[in-house]
Amino acid sequence: MVFARLDAQEPTPQLRWGGDAEGGAPYVEADPSNPRKVVGYEVEIAQLLAVGLGRTPRFIQTGFASLEASVARGDFDIVLDGIEDTPARRARLAVTIPYHQFREVLTVRQADVARFRTLADLRGRRVATLSATLAYELLTKAQAESGVIPITYDDDVHPYSDLALGRIDAVLLDDVIAARRVPQNPGLVNQATEVGSGYYVGVLAPSNTALRDRIDQILKQAMRDGRLEAIFRKWQMWNDDQPRLYARVTGDPVDVTDDGATSNATTAPGQWEAVRRYLPGLLGAALITLGLSCVSMALAVAAGVVVASGRVYGPKPARLALTAWVEMIRGTPLLLQLFVLYYGLATVVELPAMFAAFLGLGLNYAAYESEIYRGALEAIPQGQLDAARALGFSERQTLVLIRGPQAFRLALPAMTNDFVALLKDSSLVSVITVVELTKQTSIFANNIGSWVVPGAVCAVLYLGLSLPIAHAARRLENGWSRKLV
Amino acid sequence: MKAIAVAGLHVRRGTRDVVHDASFGAERGDILALMGASGSGKTSVLRAVGGLDPIAGGTITIDDVHVDASPLRPDVRRLLHRRVGMVFQFHHLFAHLTALHNVWLAPVHVLHQPREQAEARARALLDQLGVGHRVDALPHELSGGEAQRVAIARALAVGPPVLLMDEPTASLDPERRGELASTLRQLAAGGTTLIVATHDLDFVEACSCRVVRMEAGRIVASHPSG
Repeated sequence: MVFARLDAQEPTPQLRWGGDAEGGAPYVEADPSNPRKVVGYEVEIAQLLAVGLGRTPRFIQTGFASLEASVARGDFDIVLDGIEDTPARRARLAVTIPYHQFREVLTVRQADVARFRTLADLRGRRVATLSATLAYELLTKAQAESGVIPITYDDDVHPYSDLALGRIDAVLLDDVIAARRVPQNPGLVNQATEVGSGYYVGVLAPSNTALRDRIDQILKQAMRDGRLEAIFRKWQMWNDDQPRLYARVTGDPVDVTDDGATSNATTAPGQWEAVRRYLPGLLGAALITLGLSCVSMALAVAAGVVVASGRVYGPKPARLALTAWVEMIRGTPLLLQLFVLYYGLATVVELPAMFAAFLGLGLNYAAYESEIYRGALEAIPQGQLDAARALGFSERQTLVLIRGPQAFRLALPAMTNDFVALLKDSSLVSVITVVELTKQTSIFANNIGSWVVPGAVCAVLYLGLSLPIAHAARRLENGWSRKLV
Repeated sequence: MKAIAVAGLHVRRGTRDVVHDASFGAERGDILALMGASGSGKTSVLRAVGGLDPIAGGTITIDDVHVDASPLRPDVRRLLHRRVGMVFQFHHLFAHLTALHNVWLAPVHVLHQPREQAEARARALLDQLGVGHRVDALPHELSGGEAQRVAIARALAVGPPVLLMDEPTASLDPERRGELASTLRQLAAGGTTLIVATHDLDFVEACSCRVVRMEAGRIVASHPSG
């Protein structure tokens, strides 16, 4: 499994390319027969580009929403993941020539084929799409013109399943996506009417125009010599639009000889077979979840002890500063903190994703831990402290020998609770490109088009991680309860 | 020179004066009983002498340590704690440590004695006080009388010349009170100066103490006069 950015310099130059395997086939998908590998037409384009550049391709998994920010901060050289060509994108980033033309397709239930032919037929109806896409722009325009109600989703599975369930009335998305999702949902039909069309492009950091220009040349060459056509035929994405696009891009004459797509796509494995194939990947991701949670909790405990001690013993300015820090951390979402650490600070310090995840989770939980410890320290009776002072112990000795050990025992149940909570909150770090258990499950689920089995397997793995922690903590508490008055 | 001399002591708690103009002294080896009803200021005097609460006026002199209303410097506070031990009414044994550990903790960490030596002395003290069989018990497993004696052993382990005790007989039955009185007489005979806050007349008679009587924060009588 690939995660995070890689700092190690290897001798062969690499073409580091970013994509989100959660998007699945035909773009980028974890290979069902080997979840550690990715397959998809973007993978083959990356291979094609890398060969042209004399490099080896290296895939870097990144959440779809974070792809552009990651390429801009230099996590990888190029994004290849069905990225639409838009003026806004061209203004912000270095964009390649288009290498594929797609059409927006309106999908409806079989029963509505006759009445919902175009967007204009869907006045007052709920139409779903992905946020921040050309389809979404078309829908907002249709909202103004004909009163369609746009509904946005973050993944391309649920719009179609919700359409089948009747929660929405239509889906407007790329033909590539519709071709994959409609067969998975019986009773759905794609309307033939073209609603709009756009192009997929590669996206690079704005300063990286030299590499972009070389890539453009490689793409044009591949359009001329048929290598690009071979890739799209293999993935059943070849149609009349493509040669026209190639002609426009390369300036060569049009040569449309469409004989339909040749099928060479891998067949989807059965659910149990899929579980068997994905299980090693999920177990690996569970290890990442566990490892990350353990080191983050260690940081949270260490920092929490320092903050709590500072708030109980420190001078007033330190107490005020620490209180402000605790309130700031507790009062803002962890998700935001992770974004700020990873992307916000990128101009100042480029933290590796795994380190940013560790820091974000650890410092966030440190704020909660510090409050637990402060409460526990303040719960130790004054008489214990008087006795320590009368015996001549210094404040520091009193904390280390008498107050701290007693407070720790009081704090333990709440700490166990927090550790289990942290284990689950660690799923949030997928937004900064770390692939842990939930993200891996999500990739799995989207690739097989169902959450039922992957969700159950994921739940079992989380329980398998959290139950032993709770059990060990309970034993520790019982062992110590003998020592508490 | 007196082992302890208190002159014009004034203690304030919040806005309330809890001890006014209290003066008394004790020679080395004296047992001084501070007597009076609850709330008369006995414990406040002990806490002030023991350096646990600041004083609002007057002076406290113990050997070479001099305390007045100015803030206590850390080095003076340390010296004061070397000179004065304290046994609390509710013992305040460290709840997470065994009886033995309670007794050797301060000698090891405050006086920097070797652990073996401190532990051997702790055992001897606990034996001497009749709780040698309870060394491994945790505070909540001890009876009131046992906890009382472990607390005395803990205070004595650092060898203070002056020992303050707050209501030491409150958790003891009559037989144990007699034993405690004889223990205190032995300590006094060994040169320890004891100041005991109590309202137990039988106990005062049993240890043949000098009595300082308090009422509403003032010393009203001293017998025999000293």
